[in-house]
Amino acid sequence: MRAEAQEFYKGTYLENTGRYKGIWAWLTSTDHKRIGLMYLYAIATFFIVGVIMGLLMRIELISPGKTIVEPQAYNGLFTVHGIIMIFMVVIPGLSATFGNFFLPIMIGARDVSFPRLNLFSFYLFLFGSFLAILSQFMRHGPPDTGWTFYAPYSTTTGTNVIMATTAAFILGFSSILTGLNFIVTVHRLRAPGMRFFRMPLFPWAIYATAWIQLLATPVVGITLLMIIAERLFRIGFFDPALGGDPVLYQHLFWIYSHPAVYIMILPAMGVITEIIPTFCQRKVYGYKAIALSSVAIAAVGYLVWGHHMYTSGMSGKSLWLFSFLTFVVAVPSAIKVFNWLATMYKGSIDMKPPFLFALFFIFLFTIGGLTGLVLGALATNVHVHDTSFVVAHFHYIIFGGMGFAMFAAIHYWFPKIYGRMYNLKQATVASIIMFVGFNLLYFPQFIIGIEGMPRRYYDYFPQFQPAQVISTIGGFVLAAGLALMFYNLIRSARKGEKAPANPWNGTTLEWQIPSPPPLENFDEIPHINERPYSFK
Amino acid sequence: MSDNHHSASTHITPYRTLAIVLVVLLALTFLTIEITSFDLKAWNVALALLVACFKGYLVLSYFMHLKYENLLIKILVGMVILLFALIIVITYIDYLFR
Amino acid sequence: MEHQAKAHLLEHRDDEASKLGMWLFIFTEILLFGGLFLVYAVYRSIYHTEFHEASLELNVVFGAVNTIVLLVSSMAIAMALTALQQNKIQLSRQLIWLTVFCAFIFLVNKYFEWGAKFEHEIYPGSELLMKLKHGHILYFGLYYAMTGLHALHVTVGMVILIVAERRIKAGKVHPEKYVFLENSALYWHLVDLIWIFLFPLLYLIT
Repeated sequence: MRAEAQEFYKGTYLENTGRYKGIWAWLTSTDHKRIGLMYLYAIATFFIVGVIMGLLMRIELISPGKTIVEPQAYNGLFTVHGIIMIFMVVIPGLSATFGNFFLPIMIGARDVSFPRLNLFSFYLFLFGSFLAILSQFMRHGPPDTGWTFYAPYSTTTGTNVIMATTAAFILGFSSILTGLNFIVTVHRLRAPGMRFFRMPLFPWAIYATAWIQLLATPVVGITLLMIIAERLFRIGFFDPALGGDPVLYQHLFWIYSHPAVYIMILPAMGVITEIIPTFCQRKVYGYKAIALSSVAIAAVGYLVWGHHMYTSGMSGKSLWLFSFLTFVVAVPSAIKVFNWLATMYKGSIDMKPPFLFALFFIFLFTIGGLTGLVLGALATNVHVHDTSFVVAHFHYIIFGGMGFAMFAAIHYWFPKIYGRMYNLKQATVASIIMFVGFNLLYFPQFIIGIEGMPRRYYDYFPQFQPAQVISTIGGFVLAAGLALMFYNLIRSARKGEKAPANPWNGTTLEWQIPSPPPLENFDEIPHINERPYSFK
Repeated sequence: MSDNHHSASTHITPYRTLAIVLVVLLALTFLTIEITSFDLKAWNVALALLVACFKGYLVLSYFMHLKYENLLIKILVGMVILLFALIIVITYIDYLFR
Repeated sequence: MEHQAKAHLLEHRDDEASKLGMWLFIFTEILLFGGLFLVYAVYRSIYHTEFHEASLELNVVFGAVNTIVLLVSSMAIAMALTALQQNKIQLSRQLIWLTVFCAFIFLVNKYFEWGAKFEHEIYPGSELLMKLKHGHILYFGLYYAMTGLHALHVTVGMVILIVAERRIKAGKVHPEKYVFLENSALYWHLVDLIWIFLFPLLYLIT
């Protein structure tokens, strides 16, 4: 890099001291901070590709009948949009990026327990992603099954299902190994004096998430192998002609994929729990409740998968059990929302971009959560299952929730990562544009969903068009906001104003070290004597 | 930091213990074959599984050294088994009551 | 630079962490096979008579022999660890080779078992299989899937054990630093553990 950059980064992890130069210094690095950033850049790239897929769908849906693509291509679009967003963006999402960068620092460690395994996880992530993208272009055409690969269609369609499911398997392996690494790290590398209940809440969230990554992912792993076995060997597990049950596939698939949504949201909630006390300069209300609610969500979250399958033909007792457990799992999430609000009460609020994103998160996540209750209740679910109501619900939770939390995290930790500050005004404006665009994009989908607009449908009745038009416009407004945000961040990473070590007056360990951090994080490992979030 | 080299328990399992466990495991294997040669309806599966679980317990405790490991690993093994059992039971509730 | 890196690695050595990591990996394997056990459980409960009929195709003697072989191998590798911990390097290496030999016997048996089935045209997708009842088809599908995945793990386990033995020979694994053997043994015990459940579930259905 150029001389002035070298001078700026001297003594930090961004200085190249090793054997390699340039990109190889990154691709061979076992430093958790560099690995976290590499994940961040890869994920940001995949996110942009996924957004483009989404916008293409929005253009297609702006009017009934064919607009820009054929029906088969549309099926390919929503499939690849899902595969990219779920497996390559939101699941690795906050854990692989900010979990990698900040978990060790926030618990007072120099790195994770297995740094080389960490790098290997990243290579697996890249390889799996490469295969997923390749499956779009190989001979038999992009998969058209939806990211959910439901049997029997996924076992009989001619498209590149085997390559896509193999990609998902490899990506899952990456996720498992990262989870394994983080669990051991939290158990073995906490600084002296940092008992579990003195850990900040982002590490708590990452820890709970790691358990889900570790235990749930293997189930989808074996399930995808079964799909491949069906396609290659006609093994018959999900084939009614051979005695198999397609609903069993759904069980196996959702046994992972429901906990997977907690992989997405728990770190997001962890980020919000870090940001709110800092920008209210008040300690978190109910620290233990928030810590334990993360664990509760992880635990109960394993048992609710059937709420994706209410209309599939399950037994009545099953329906009842899953609905009941789904309502139970909503409770710890609600506890968090109350605790965040209580933390803000009588706080000294500083409306900086991270906090603004956090507020948007709470608003959007709440809407997503409440509409989740509509879906969790059996009777109402039957009416809205497989409609765009569901699409709106999960986008509010995943995008409005996890997505906005990701943006919040970037704006919160940016000065620490780069030692530079971004343009606060641009960040604020971008966030507001995104918030407006987001609601325009997704809220109408609740309405037409209730009115009967199916999901994954290429064509629709004319009465749904006005809402579809608003939604499409919203999509482009959102994209504009995203573009401004990206521009601001990328420009500022290279040329932003130098940022101090602790621009937000945070109390957790990452704010007690220089910005950017030195290679080994701490000159001396600190000794922890108190609960986190004690503001003077 | 430097004393993390050895396991928390530097317990070494004696050859005798391992040999005895093997003998018990072999005996239980033959027991299983015997039990399943009679038709006891639903009890066949239950008993065979019960014996298998006990064999598994022996392998975990003595061969895999779990008996002498720290409490954390013991609790984790228990929790994973519980999770697996719950998943099977909950899925069963669908098929059993269709 | 290299020397500093190595010293760095030594300073950060944490055997408890390695062992915990191995146990966590074992948990993932339990859940991986668990998916297949779930499919088995569901279909056995639906097609219990047909599962029984189909299982008669399997040779209980072969299965029992394989069970014995694996149990013995499990004891062997556990003893190999004891030997290493007591500085009996030669004995340890011999016991590892015994374990590998047992694994080899297991795979040879498996080869003959599967071979016999293929000869009788019993394999997923075969014309013969398609004509059988649903329960039979699913039983054999599960038989191949579960024993196949298990055999893959046996093979991987053999490789890991051989690597452990080589490292002991090279002095990289020794009485003061044996976590590699410990973890390899844990992996091997897992392979044994899975078979302990596979045997009665596939071979001994009344």
